[in-house]
Amino acid sequence: MDNAIVATHPHTHETAVAAEHEHAALPQHRHHFETEGQQREAATFGMWLFLLTEIMFFGGLFFAYLLYRNWYHDAFVVASNQLSIPLGAANTAILISSGFFMALGVWAAEVKKKSLLVLFLVLTTLFGVAFLGVKADEYHEKWEKHHIPGAHFDVSEFINPHAYGLKEQPLAPDMAQKTQIFFFLYFAMTGMHAFHMIIGIVLLFWLTWRAHRGEFSAGYVAPIENFGLYWHFVDIVWLFLFPLLYLINRHPGT
Amino acid sequence: MSATSSTIVNLPDQRTAALPKRHYLNNEDGLLSWLFTGDHKRIAILYLISITFFFFIGGAFAGLIRLELLTPQPDLVASDTYNKFFSMHGIVMIFLFLVPSVPATLGNFLIPIMLGAKDLAFPKINLLSWYLYWVGGLFTLAALVLGGVDTGWTFTTPLSTHYLNTHVVTAATGVFIIGFSSIFTGLNFIVTIHRMRAPGMTWFRMPLFCWSNYAASILMVLGTPVLAITLVLVALERLVGIGVFDPTKGGDPLLFQHLFWFYSHPAVYIMILPGMGVISEVISTFSRKRVFGYTAVAFSSVAIALFGFFVWAHHMFIMGVSNYSALVFSLLTMLVAVPSAIKIFNWAFTLQKGSITFETPMLYAFGFLGLFTIGGMTGVFLGALGMDIHLTETYFIVAHFHFVMVGGMLMAFLAGIHFWWPKMTGRMYPESLSKLAAVTTFIGFNLTFLPQFILGYLGMPRRYHAYPPEFQVLNVLSTAGATVLGVGYMLPLLYLGWSLKYGAIAGNNPWQATGLEWQIQSPPLTENFIEIPIVDHEAYDYEWLAHKTAHEVTTVG
Repeated sequence: MDNAIVATHPHTHETAVAAEHEHAALPQHRHHFETEGQQREAATFGMWLFLLTEIMFFGGLFFAYLLYRNWYHDAFVVASNQLSIPLGAANTAILISSGFFMALGVWAAEVKKKSLLVLFLVLTTLFGVAFLGVKADEYHEKWEKHHIPGAHFDVSEFINPHAYGLKEQPLAPDMAQKTQIFFFLYFAMTGMHAFHMIIGIVLLFWLTWRAHRGEFSAGYVAPIENFGLYWHFVDIVWLFLFPLLYLINRHPGT
Repeated sequence: MSATSSTIVNLPDQRTAALPKRHYLNNEDGLLSWLFTGDHKRIAILYLISITFFFFIGGAFAGLIRLELLTPQPDLVASDTYNKFFSMHGIVMIFLFLVPSVPATLGNFLIPIMLGAKDLAFPKINLLSWYLYWVGGLFTLAALVLGGVDTGWTFTTPLSTHYLNTHVVTAATGVFIIGFSSIFTGLNFIVTIHRMRAPGMTWFRMPLFCWSNYAASILMVLGTPVLAITLVLVALERLVGIGVFDPTKGGDPLLFQHLFWFYSHPAVYIMILPGMGVISEVISTFSRKRVFGYTAVAFSSVAIALFGFFVWAHHMFIMGVSNYSALVFSLLTMLVAVPSAIKIFNWAFTLQKGSITFETPMLYAFGFLGLFTIGGMTGVFLGALGMDIHLTETYFIVAHFHFVMVGGMLMAFLAGIHFWWPKMTGRMYPESLSKLAAVTTFIGFNLTFLPQFILGYLGMPRRYHAYPPEFQVLNVLSTAGATVLGVGYMLPLLYLGWSLKYGAIAGNNPWQATGLEWQIQSPPLTENFIEIPIVDHEAYDYEWLAHKTAHEVTTVG
């Protein structure tokens, strides 16, 4: 398809110059691109490739998850049931809302509405921060229960659940140790996700400031568009993490 | 130029010739103009200087290893020092030299020009990748200066996570950061090749150098992130004790092997594919023929990249993977030989009935053909299950991958450096001295590594600094060869440096080659082309070139 476009391109030097003059209004046009369209396409394509590398990055963790969930299914079920569905579900809703406002932000930039764009970027940021707040609360609970992998990891709740008022089946001590693998994966995967969100929020501050200066309301929308791709990618990772970590088997024994 | 001529070199009259007034090297002056440059050609030069620096550091460790192995007794250094030597040799040579060697230098310099573009798609990211390379390089040097690391370049668990007190995390951080430098280079190439080709430059008019760098870029973009997450897990395991690779906590050390080799096997193709691109260009130019089976060579690069992702478990045949998966991975490993052989045969057919001349790049390319073939064929030995169990962890493996990486990639790198040196600097290197260097390298290489095949076959294990006395003769030969090889590598450093000031003025197209890069001035302008070319011919079309030059002569005359 690419082939056809280039081969049949009725592109001569004169039209290239003409096209450059036509769009000369945009100061963001960089000299080494023939046209502004080429610049925008290149940026978007680069972003998709970057997201591909991100998929491979998370892929290593998903592979580890697949392996250990198969090996230590019982431990994964019990440990997974320690996570709070209401908090996880609320966070899913919060993150989807954040993504929704991001999508609206891209639209606002495309129709060149400056104040709407700033508003939507601020809302995107607020929902992103809310997500991290809930996540921090969940992490804090694990800290108090000694469910953070490492020297202080405590398995008593899984060996003797009835003493803690849990209705789970007790695990044999060696299988109970394997809950540590689950919690490690939980922290690694959600932690890596949260790290991507923190980077995203920093970028959002920067983009909001630039949007406020009106940089994206004159037809130059590539940064907003590409950040949108990144933010939606972070959303989608969570949409996989939530069922994989929170919903392994909520009705053990049935 | 007559058919019987022994050289195709065609230089301008040296009495009147001069370098062009404006070019990318003198466009701006001062160190800062280099450190903040967005010009792909300047970044290529920055990379060239940097990887040369690290090449000689890695080479120094190779020399120390060979020096220790001169005698059977462990007499030069203690065993843990020796472990640090080969670890640092591996880490520096692989991550700081071989992976960026051709793509980051020649690729950076040439891909935009070959496509008819003014720059790579993302010049700032290109510069960022060079800075990341240096940050990673400094971490690696820090690990070295603080006392070294002795995991081998593979960071194998549980050795790296539980049993060593050396600077594993520092070195791993370095490699992690260099990985991002490599990802950004690959990403830049892919976007540039997709989106920045000049009008008329279709996929199948691109030089094969672009195809092979494209294939390598796919591997960089898809493989390197997996290495990144693996190193993060190793660091977490070591620092916090998370248990993901620790069997006492239910983790699986074999998982590390899977994740690590999922990158590190494709990384082998990251290292060799761009070199194959160089060889295609050189062989075509010095036999005055279009590369035989252009499409097959182009697709074989992509096929190598694709197959390269499905062979990683052949590094684990003795580590307890199941027999069935070993069988499948053995078969897939042998499949990689098919696209590699397609390339070798097509290059051989390109030479057939060509008007071959023996300039220095061609000598290096011939070296590549022979040495890579031996390296590749012994790879098939190692892919065979029974043979692998006998030969794994011996010097046979060491010889095998040095034939591919040094005999293959380093020869290709030097072929490329000599081939495009006149384009990069505007000046020729001294011809007879460089031919001497090419021959010295070839002899030194074979003397170093052929004995290691025999040593490995006889059972000498790798990674030990002492060995039974009956192996000494072959080890002495190998060390002697390494000395010759060292001379072979020092020579280009000296005469290429000399040529910067005293070399003959090369003119636009000393080789009468067909690529777009040869149709512009040497050294090129910062913007490469005054006006974007419109491509109306296939790659390696020597008739088009003859027609064009004939035309030029009439107008000038």
